[in-house]
Amino acid sequence: MTLFIQLMFSGLALGSDYALIALGFTIIFKASEVINFAQGEFLLVGTFVVSTAMFSWRLGFFPAVLLGMGVTVLIGVIFERVVLRRMIGRPPFTIIMVTIGLDVLLLTAVTILVGSNSPGAPAPFDIVSAITVGGVKFGLNALASIVITILICVALYAFLRYTRYGLAMRATAIDQEAARAMGIRISTVYALAWGISGAIATIGGVFLAAGAGNPVFDVGLGQGALVAFPAIILGGLDSIPGAVVGGVVIGLVYVLTQGYEASGFLGVNFHTISPYLVMILVLLIRPYGLFGTRKVERI
Amino acid sequence: MSAPGPVGSSAPVAALLGLPRSSRSRALALVGAILLALIFLFGGDGWVSILDFTMVAAIAALGLNVLSGYAGQISLGIAFFMGIGAYTAAWLGGSPPQLPGDPAGLGLSFVIWLPASGIVAAFIGALIGPTALRLKGFYLGIVTLALVFIGQYLFINLRVITGGQQGRFNFPAPTIGDFSFASPNPIFGVQLTTNQCFFLPLLPLLALVAVFIANIARSRPGRAWQAVRDNETAAAIMGINLFEAKIGAFVLSSFLAGTAGALDASLSGIATPGTWSLLLSIQFIAAILIGGVASVWGSILGAAFVFAIPTALNTFSLLPQNASSTGISSGDLSAIFYGLLIIVFLLFEPAGIIGLARRIRTANQRIETRRKGGETTTATTTAVASSEREPQLDVERMDLTRRADAPQ
Repeated sequence: MTLFIQLMFSGLALGSDYALIALGFTIIFKASEVINFAQGEFLLVGTFVVSTAMFSWRLGFFPAVLLGMGVTVLIGVIFERVVLRRMIGRPPFTIIMVTIGLDVLLLTAVTILVGSNSPGAPAPFDIVSAITVGGVKFGLNALASIVITILICVALYAFLRYTRYGLAMRATAIDQEAARAMGIRISTVYALAWGISGAIATIGGVFLAAGAGNPVFDVGLGQGALVAFPAIILGGLDSIPGAVVGGVVIGLVYVLTQGYEASGFLGVNFHTISPYLVMILVLLIRPYGLFGTRKVERI
Repeated sequence: MSAPGPVGSSAPVAALLGLPRSSRSRALALVGAILLALIFLFGGDGWVSILDFTMVAAIAALGLNVLSGYAGQISLGIAFFMGIGAYTAAWLGGSPPQLPGDPAGLGLSFVIWLPASGIVAAFIGALIGPTALRLKGFYLGIVTLALVFIGQYLFINLRVITGGQQGRFNFPAPTIGDFSFASPNPIFGVQLTTNQCFFLPLLPLLALVAVFIANIARSRPGRAWQAVRDNETAAAIMGINLFEAKIGAFVLSSFLAGTAGALDASLSGIATPGTWSLLLSIQFIAAILIGGVASVWGSILGAAFVFAIPTALNTFSLLPQNASSTGISSGDLSAIFYGLLIIVFLLFEPAGIIGLARRIRTANQRIETRRKGGETTTATTTAVASSEREPQLDVERMDLTRRADAPQ
């Protein structure tokens, strides 16, 4: 039972990281119908900046995170303005491919910059610090990631619900042409979407890295973030609550299979594919996900 | 069918084989063939090895181009199918286990394991296809992404066949009778290196695949793929069965990937699960995007660009070595290049290197036409003048030019 509670807690913490990553995908998809395959490497870049700022430039955690968010916001907005803006009207194939190009570029850039001496992994608290209650360890970083995710969700909800720009984003998501006719600047909405997504990516990346318990910065972080794909498929591509629910569920699936696979019959590393198996199941049964609009077309 | 140029008895055969028809492309093909022969004979083993791997990669790139270039479906799964092919070949052709822990092998012949590796990959493609392709859009991309991870899991856990995490070594060599293409052997009294021997079956194999793809692209299924790519609704209205067309492309693509995977593993003699990673899939995507989507030559050039250049840089240490030990590896350097090139090509020339070549050819033709036009008819010059104002009229201009040139 202790193991189960422990795993549930870890799953919740990891799930909240995945929820953040999934939010990044969904916000961009809702605004511009672009699936950003480079989202994982946004995380990587953001986390790398935070890591460098903390360990090489001796900045505190919070200024470092702000700096990392600044960098990913900048990359997102610049990419949107310089590349994607020229791609409007091109087939989705081309647009997805261009995000794959960005993915390669960012990953390689970070790999080269990291070189052979990895900086430490950034985390708000020491990796091993935890509160133990009844034999269950509640890691401080894990607790922080849950709290921060909830805060970000609330802030995002408030932004979308109560601000002019939030309204503009929601209107654009419903009907782009009608939104334009109402005087909404679509370019601002796109820039906002990529900016918000970039900012969230850095936070998600930092907590994902901290949660992995790896003391040094890991270049594979971006690939690990691809698990957000099952999360957004499960939640429904164009649903923001869906991204959060999907993220948490996938996090739980991942951690529970990891915790119980020690029994052996599923083989090594089963947890690395369990989210994808869930995803394939969802695609077979309910391709638009739990909360998505039913506009997915079958042939 | 008013194509200019000498019409000999070989013309229909050449056209059927998809051989270049214009004299300029023929000259280019000849230069390419001479270059290949020179590298083969005098290039030294390092270059021949690079050539071998590039040809294997070109077969896989052709496979991906069928699915992504011609049929317009996004796939990240080519590495998975290559892995399937490689381990099928290893299982069928590998030597039977000597020690208890050795991976299984049936020791069958080259003529069995090579097609079988393609067929098994194609069969798995046909099993997965219906799930992945029923959904419109980028879902195939996400499902095939999942496939790569599932493949990694399977390749680590199916130890009997794959050798587990450490991989397996006893990959079968292509042999016909007693002659092995994977060891130094004399042919007609000329001593050849291993890589030179391997080259001998690879070149005709690649040529076969290339001609096959070039032809199928211009036949009914190929036209159907391109119609599906360009507009699914319109294709369906014209009576194309979307599902059949997509599955066909997916299965053929998986077949070629499986064959290429088997050849790749046979050539390198070792495969670890890490070989068949997402990175490999992305490299192939880069190859066809940079070389040219929906183009046979584009696939080959792209494979050379993405796979040959970094190996060449490595083998011959062409990179400037830094004084400090933190030099950039050739893989990283080329990844930066192809990452950038994907974006630049998609922005400015979505048809890749082949598109660039076409542009240069058109520009050349324009210059030539202008020069000739000054001397001959005025009809040509006016056509050129109008085409310069409106580049969309290119096709019409070329027609006019040809008619104007014909009486000469």
